Amino acid sequence: MNLDDARSAGRSRFIAPLVVALLVVAGWQGLVVAYDVPAYLVPSPLVVARTLVADRVLLFDSLLVTLGVALTALGVAIVLGGLVALLFVRSRWIEMSLFPYAILLQVTPIVAIAPLIIIWVKDTRTALVLCAVVVAIFPIISNTTLGLRSADAGLLDLFRMYHATRWQTLLRLRVPSALPYFFGGVRIASGLALIGAVVAEFVAGTGGQGAGLAYQILLAGIQLNIPRLFAALLLITLSGVALFSLTVWTSRLVLAHWHESELTSLD
Amino acid sequence: MIAVAGARKTYPTGRQALAPVDLNVEPGEFVTLLGPSGCGKTTLLNLMAGLVEPSAGDLRWWGETFAATGVAGRRLAMVFQSPALMPWARIDANVRLPLDLAGVPRTESTRNVQAALELVGLADAAAHYPRELSGGMQMRASLARALVTAPDLLLMDEPFGALDEFTRHRLDGELLALWGARRLTIVFVTHSIGEAVFLSTRVVVMAAQPGRIVATVPIDQSHPRTAAFRVEPAFAEHCRHLSQLVADAALGGAS
Repeated sequence: MNLDDARSAGRSRFIAPLVVALLVVAGWQGLVVAYDVPAYLVPSPLVVARTLVADRVLLFDSLLVTLGVALTALGVAIVLGGLVALLFVRSRWIEMSLFPYAILLQVTPIVAIAPLIIIWVKDTRTALVLCAVVVAIFPIISNTTLGLRSADAGLLDLFRMYHATRWQTLLRLRVPSALPYFFGGVRIASGLALIGAVVAEFVAGTGGQGAGLAYQILLAGIQLNIPRLFAALLLITLSGVALFSLTVWTSRLVLAHWHESELTSLD
Repeated sequence: MIAVAGARKTYPTGRQALAPVDLNVEPGEFVTLLGPSGCGKTTLLNLMAGLVEPSAGDLRWWGETFAATGVAGRRLAMVFQSPALMPWARIDANVRLPLDLAGVPRTESTRNVQAALELVGLADAAAHYPRELSGGMQMRASLARALVTAPDLLLMDEPFGALDEFTRHRLDGELLALWGARRLTIVFVTHSIGEAVFLSTRVVVMAAQPGRIVATVPIDQSHPRTAAFRVEPAFAEHCRHLSQLVADAALGGAS
């Protein structure tokens, strides 16, 4: 591929999905207008946009709450998940004893345990963060563990021959080898953290000062304020995309100079 | 300097990789372990590198156990079949690794890294990442990393086996020049008879099933050797002799 081709491929990567979005939005607007669908059933994109502007203070405050919970949870999941993975790699016994419970965490639906967590943990925000962590942590644990174990056999031999300590092997070999896997886990966890935060808010149903976007959706649904429901939904989706992009960008920043996964995507 | 006494290796599967083997390597030698796949030559080298424990028998490094290696006068280094470079680190950082692991101060290690890179002709590639280099250049970097500690014993496991023949001949020549100039002691694994004859002061011929030493052949050609040695009658005679030994051993093992 020559440079011009590469550049145009890079451009179409943004343009193609944008065209799809424009077509969908235009079609949606056209259908709603053509069939005269009332806004309490399906609001047109224009109405949603107008609501977004009109309710901006309320919605953006809620957005900050939800994003805050999701980001905190992602941070906790990264730190905690990373530490658990290090522990697993340190000892096969620990991994064998605890890994089934990590899976348990993954397969238990969050809606089923969220009420318990909310009852047990007094502070609501902490409870929400905890729920989101439960959802987000598994891919980080499993990916990082796999990565820490995937160090090159020749390099492991080399470290052994030079009498490297466990710490040296961990920091200089296992951790860098695990980074691509770790970032793969973070990518998945970023979406899960947001989902976890939204689900937990639904269950908790906290209104008032600290109300998140999920609560706004809940409330708008009850009040049949469908345009606001759509506006809140749009904000959640956009913040999910933003969170995902942030992890992709960070991963590229760290890995771009050496790892295959990021080499092909440089343009 | 390294003594293998009756070392044997049997894997948990019951496969005997190495029948009891005796081998002494003296300072300044260039010993080649030559044999077909499965003859235990890599196992023997890994025993010498302390990467594999013998099932029975004993190995001594300068009269001591493996734990006593790694200090001045008892340094080991190894070059593997693959370059085994850290892809996230620049070439100079890769070469510096053994010094970093030993806690050598940065000012001193930088000087040694520079010297090692110049030795293998990679001074200009110091700031590159491994993926930016060709296979031959990656192997040179791997060699520089092995040389950076000024090892007393250098172990090499078919280091140039994956390279094309032209590159391999060139690197063989450079390695031999280094061996002469730096008075290295090298144990070199190969399955190429020509490579064994060209490089060695002594060829250890091995055979499979079970892995064992069948002959030890000194190559008495004087050093320095150049590419011209490859076309001399003595070279062909050594190759013929070694081929015969390898073929005989294969027949003997099969019966």
